[in-house]
Amino acid sequence: MPIVSLSSVTKTYPPTGRDTAEVVAVDDVSLDIEKGDVYGIIGYSGAGKSTLVRLINALEPATSGRITVDGVDVTALSERELRRVRGGIGMIFQQFNLFSAKTVKANIAYPLKLAGWSRGDIDARVDELLRFVGLADKARSYPEQLSGGQKQRVGIARALATRPAILLADEATSALDPQTTHEVLDLLARVNREQGVTIVVITHEMDVIQTLATKVAVMEKGRVVEQGDVFEVFSRPRNPASQRFVGTVIKGIPSPAEQASLRARHRGRLVTFSFRDGDSSQARVFLDLAEAGLEFELVYGGINDIRGRAFGHLTLAIRGEDAAVDAALTTIRSHATVTEIDDPAEAPGRAERSGRAEPSGRGEGVR
Amino acid sequence: MDRLIELLPDFWKAAGETLYMTTIALAMAGVLGTIIGIGLYVTRPGGLMPNRPIGLLIGLLVNFFRPIPFVIFLAVLQPFTRLVIGTGIGINAGAFAIGIAAAFAIGRIVEQHLVSVSPGVIEAARAMGAGPWRILLTVVMPEALGPLILGYTFVVVALIDMTAMAGAVGGGGLGAFALVYGFRQFEPLVMWAAIVLIVVFVHLVQSVGTWLARAIMRR
Repeated sequence: MPIVSLSSVTKTYPPTGRDTAEVVAVDDVSLDIEKGDVYGIIGYSGAGKSTLVRLINALEPATSGRITVDGVDVTALSERELRRVRGGIGMIFQQFNLFSAKTVKANIAYPLKLAGWSRGDIDARVDELLRFVGLADKARSYPEQLSGGQKQRVGIARALATRPAILLADEATSALDPQTTHEVLDLLARVNREQGVTIVVITHEMDVIQTLATKVAVMEKGRVVEQGDVFEVFSRPRNPASQRFVGTVIKGIPSPAEQASLRARHRGRLVTFSFRDGDSSQARVFLDLAEAGLEFELVYGGINDIRGRAFGHLTLAIRGEDAAVDAALTTIRSHATVTEIDDPAEAPGRAERSGRAEPSGRGEGVR
Repeated sequence: MDRLIELLPDFWKAAGETLYMTTIALAMAGVLGTIIGIGLYVTRPGGLMPNRPIGLLIGLLVNFFRPIPFVIFLAVLQPFTRLVIGTGIGINAGAFAIGIAAAFAIGRIVEQHLVSVSPGVIEAARAMGAGPWRILLTVVMPEALGPLILGYTFVVVALIDMTAMAGAVGGGGLGAFALVYGFRQFEPLVMWAAIVLIVVFVHLVQSVGTWLARAIMRR
């Protein structure tokens, strides 16, 4: 049974003025988050992802639909009952939201006091958490004396204090520099691995999903337009929005401008071969081309590693008789994904196309 | 100078009255004003306990009383003052009137400082399962404490100003002393002695307030 389940959840805000329409922040979203997942939700700002995550701990009430957390339907609970549910869900924020008037220790102790822990238990737990996040020497410091990364680590310690089963991370690394982002993501991965905490990560940065998430949902205009296993979505994004996000981190598919540049520099037909760990082999592609007696060169591409599985895109310039090239491509198409880049100078429809839409991701060169 | 030395016992008595009125008025206005300010803050739309009718009512009350010039307010309040204190003149009556008038001003100041507490911090407390009262007392008030102390300090200075006015209509204190023995009897030295002492009071209060706020905000 999923630990968090949303079915047909919608959240609308009333119109702000007389002439404005109501705002649909989350539009008929259904998704299941399994225990132990690191579930990434990606979208541009305004896509509704921050609202979506606040529906899970009921900081915002849903307008319609059902949300169950750990088997409990949170849409049916009273405010008082919701407070207890929230106590079992940790949350961290982009701006950290630490209590500036309290020390690091008092910040982490706050949820424990709420939960009614004894003083001795609180002290022991705070010490344990400070050691876990590597800030044992900062117990008496105030948040303003800490760096951004340290603040977020305090935020994580505070969110984990009551040993919640779920951690919600709302743009938790968006205010941090790349180096610190990496440290915080490592810490979150450790939280998931060592403590089995299910993490829901909201972000607009695809590399956060790439390094941390096991599953991903892509949001656009309040809707989830694509969801699934991270490797699946990264290696074969189906929705244009997903393709744009994947394109920000995945190199290998030339942009239209780069296609024109490649065409100017290389003779022959430009064909992109997409490989995925497990279902296709680069070696066979090269073998097939060589057996057909075709001349080819690698002009663009990249191989990516997602959670230990590889996939990539290689663009070759192939020279030879059109019929021979077509025959070779037909053979290859049986075991790899082939996308021929159309030559805008020639009549459309000449080149055979693979079944899937032309990828629109951008690349920055051969890696 | 001789006149000032002659008046010295009255001068210290007047100083004591000013201190007394300021302290009583501050205690009263501090408590009342903080309650009004919290009321305004929590009932705001999107606040901790949104309640439009109550919020509007408190707001209306504050906006009605706050613009009334204090000298006139003293007179308007007279019947009520007599009811509560037993008399309409004297330092107790003066302190009472100042306390009521200042409460409305403090109400707005408290509201402003509470509103400036980061909504994110409140959301974090909500996400941990804290209820509205708990958030108010253990998050919002501590977060706003430094600026609040500066706000109260600002009000104390205004209170001393008000004691002078209350003094002019029979309340006693340094303001009345300066007017009666200094201004009206053409004794500039006497008047200036009272002014200097008021300035010293204000300066001391401001210094303590600033120091306290700094200590709390650690800046």
